[in-house]
Amino acid sequence: MRIDSIKDGIVIDHITAGKAMQLYQMLKLDRLDCQVAIIKNAASKLHGKKDIIKIDSSIEINLDVVGYVSPHATICIIRDGVVNEKKHLELPHTLTDIISCKNPRCITTTERGIQQIFELSDPEKGEYRCAYCDTKAENK
Amino acid sequence: MRNLIKILDLSVEEIDEMIAVADDIMAHPENYYEACKNKTLATLFFEPSTRTRLSFEAAMLGLGGNVLGFSEASSSSATKGESVADTIAVVGGYADIIAMRHPKEGAPMVASMHSSVPIINAGDGGHFHPTQTLTDLLTIHHEKGRFDGLTVGLCGDLKFGRTVHSLIEAMSRYPGVKFVLISPEELKVPSFVKQTYIKDKGIPYKQSTSLEEVIGELDILYMTRVQRERFFNEEDYLRLRDCYILTQEKMQLAKPDMIVMHPLPRVNEISTLVDDDPRASYFRQARYGKFIRMALILKLLKEAENNEN
Repeated sequence: MRIDSIKDGIVIDHITAGKAMQLYQMLKLDRLDCQVAIIKNAASKLHGKKDIIKIDSSIEINLDVVGYVSPHATICIIRDGVVNEKKHLELPHTLTDIISCKNPRCITTTERGIQQIFELSDPEKGEYRCAYCDTKAENK
Repeated sequence: MRNLIKILDLSVEEIDEMIAVADDIMAHPENYYEACKNKTLATLFFEPSTRTRLSFEAAMLGLGGNVLGFSEASSSSATKGESVADTIAVVGGYADIIAMRHPKEGAPMVASMHSSVPIINAGDGGHFHPTQTLTDLLTIHHEKGRFDGLTVGLCGDLKFGRTVHSLIEAMSRYPGVKFVLISPEELKVPSFVKQTYIKDKGIPYKQSTSLEEVIGELDILYMTRVQRERFFNEEDYLRLRDCYILTQEKMQLAKPDMIVMHPLPRVNEISTLVDDDPRASYFRQARYGKFIRMALILKLLKEAENNEN
């Protein structure tokens, strides 16, 4: 399979296999005009399989979204066809306006203009809890 | 700005200091008659709670301060669709400190993010009720004389019972404490609370569905009401509301120095015949609530003043 190499853009590599579409949606990549390639189930020496997203434009990526969905992903910034910068991610301590609380008793369900804030409560399990009501976030 | 949203906002040392102040207020109330002169407490009760609201108001009046507020959402601008943030921004211009009860979990935290004056959480849904926990701690201090080495039995609705969760959090910080959790399957302590404040800390605990089987082990029996307002389904409430009733017969199985606590109001989970038992502490507990709230108001107002200076 051939995907044209990027001159100026971003490659999100080492995405947990099966998570690329979720990332695509949460990063709102469907709103971009440029080429975006999603490669599913690419070979990975570490994990057997991985997903990759290639974006043919230098956009701002919300690193917390990527870290939340796939904490082992890497982000490569491509300039003039070469890797200019590589970022390794980890689970963010706080998620702001990335996921929303499903507890019907939570104030976030009624208060207008409120930020959805989740905090990492268990780094080993990758578990987040709503900062307002402590309800556990639903599985990713 | 220093607020009280959850009991863990206060260190063990700060709680000890507040208990000492509450003791002093009880012994010498006249020394505090003007401690909050020209200060105003706003009691914003978006959910009715006569007992807690009156306790706050009695506390502020006992300190020589003023009180304003509302006792249910229907008499506030919330019915017109006003947000918590806007209400707090307005009331902060009229009051020096705000005690707030709200049916939505996390509402006091939202208030604290928009407030220019200290916020006290007077209960947010089934989430937290830290001033009840302070009341419980002052009660235990007076009735048992210590916090460490106690076996604490919690009975009834341990799932939605916010006072239970907060008391577990608070007592888990003292050495030698054991918990006995008595509830029907449907109303067990949430796994997050159990994991974080009991299991992860290596605290011994036992779960039981029978009060009779474990009451003899307890130093404290903390009874709770199954709260109708926490259920979405009336059938579930009716099925579970009478699962534990403390009677004189069950009290005969308890230690002679065990104390019975209850955040009140009681429905029928404690027989009125138990009220005359000297081990029944719940009415004394309600009285302690006023004094620890006085100590809390003093502390938060003092810290707010120090911040301004």
